[in-house]
Amino acid sequence: MKRLIAPFILFCVFLAPAFAQESPDALVKTVTLEVVDLIAKDKEIKSGNRAKLVEVIEQKVLPHFNFTAMTALAMGQNWGKATPEQKKLLAEQFKTLLVRTYASALAAYSEQKFDFRPLRAKPTDTDVTVNVRVLQPGAQAVTIDYSMEKTANGWKVYDVMVGGVSLVANYRTEFANTVRNSGIDGLIKDLSAKNKSLEKGAKK
Amino acid sequence: MPRVLRLLLLLLLGALGGCASSGEERDPRDPFEGFNRGIYRFNDEVDTWVARPVATVYKKALHPEIRSRVGNFFSNFQDIFIGVNNFLQGKFADGVNDWARFAFNSTFGLLGIHDVASEWGLEKHNEDFGQTFGRWGAPSGPYLVLPFLGSSTVRDGVGTGFDYYFAPLGEVRPINLRNTLYGVYLVNTRADLLDASRILEEAALDRYVFQRDAFLQRRQSLIYDGNPPREKLE
Repeated sequence: MKRLIAPFILFCVFLAPAFAQESPDALVKTVTLEVVDLIAKDKEIKSGNRAKLVEVIEQKVLPHFNFTAMTALAMGQNWGKATPEQKKLLAEQFKTLLVRTYASALAAYSEQKFDFRPLRAKPTDTDVTVNVRVLQPGAQAVTIDYSMEKTANGWKVYDVMVGGVSLVANYRTEFANTVRNSGIDGLIKDLSAKNKSLEKGAKK
Repeated sequence: MPRVLRLLLLLLLGALGGCASSGEERDPRDPFEGFNRGIYRFNDEVDTWVARPVATVYKKALHPEIRSRVGNFFSNFQDIFIGVNNFLQGKFADGVNDWARFAFNSTFGLLGIHDVASEWGLEKHNEDFGQTFGRWGAPSGPYLVLPFLGSSTVRDGVGTGFDYYFAPLGEVRPINLRNTLYGVYLVNTRADLLDASRILEEAALDRYVFQRDAFLQRRQSLIYDGNPPREKLE
């Protein structure tokens, strides 16, 4: 038995970077199927335990997202005007909001089938779009496009497009309006108020 | 139809009047924002007090399988003009696909309640006259919120007029049956959107802006069948 441990550790050491460099489309597929499978098997989540669902998302999905990049894109020009402290708070609040939205979308999921499209990119590309289609009878398939960037820690998602609607782009006008009316601190306040009200709603 | 057009014209004139008065910085895509927000609030009230409660009861009462059959039934009729629009846009293979769907689903699919065509690899498309006009190069024009119908633009509003004018459902007689079908269609459609509208409410800081921007992005994507010229975000 002991003789096996060393090769096993070596195996793990070699495997870790291999996973980090997993191709972006394979990563999306693995994570999607894993999460969907977890949800399908978990009785608590199925009966509406939102906190548990958020936990699953935080563990399985969040590590593959770059929230700072997402927040920067949603902020546009205003990002440069924010202090490091404000940037941190913004990214945190935006993350909470997106995770909650994502949880709602997943909770509405009802065993649709996925069609993972082959990646159309060169191996040297560092910025790619991974396409997934959610198939449903009697309606046009819903496309989900993940914009992903290669980083030192593997591929990270910086935008998600659902049915052609970019999540990041969709927050741009809202963010710009709020910043114009009440400044960056006003936006942070609005976001955290929104998150608090959603949390209260979920507990009811 | 002319009565609807006259009403639209009146509403548009009202909007122009309303827009001269307020001086807030506005989105160039949405010059009638003040007016649109008014209609949006009206639609929201109708939805809160009528459409959503009815759709919620309907969703609870009927098994998902049955609701999906009802959806398929209406979806099948729409394939006829989805095909026409594909032909008008020069996408002949897609148009043939849509008409084949209608033929198979109407027969083997028992008047459309089973979407057998999808199982046989004939994909459902999403087309309408607004998209056809867009494909022909018509600009969207200002964003509009239509009473009851919701998000639209000048181009898509005209397109929706054409969609309704040609809708096979409108040909159904007697009138009572037609109206019943319209009613079921509306309730079934709203029931399908219950989850989506809840998610929208949760995600948005300002629902009006969020919905508008999502609609405009979505239409742009649909016109190019999912591959619009990509604007790079900086």
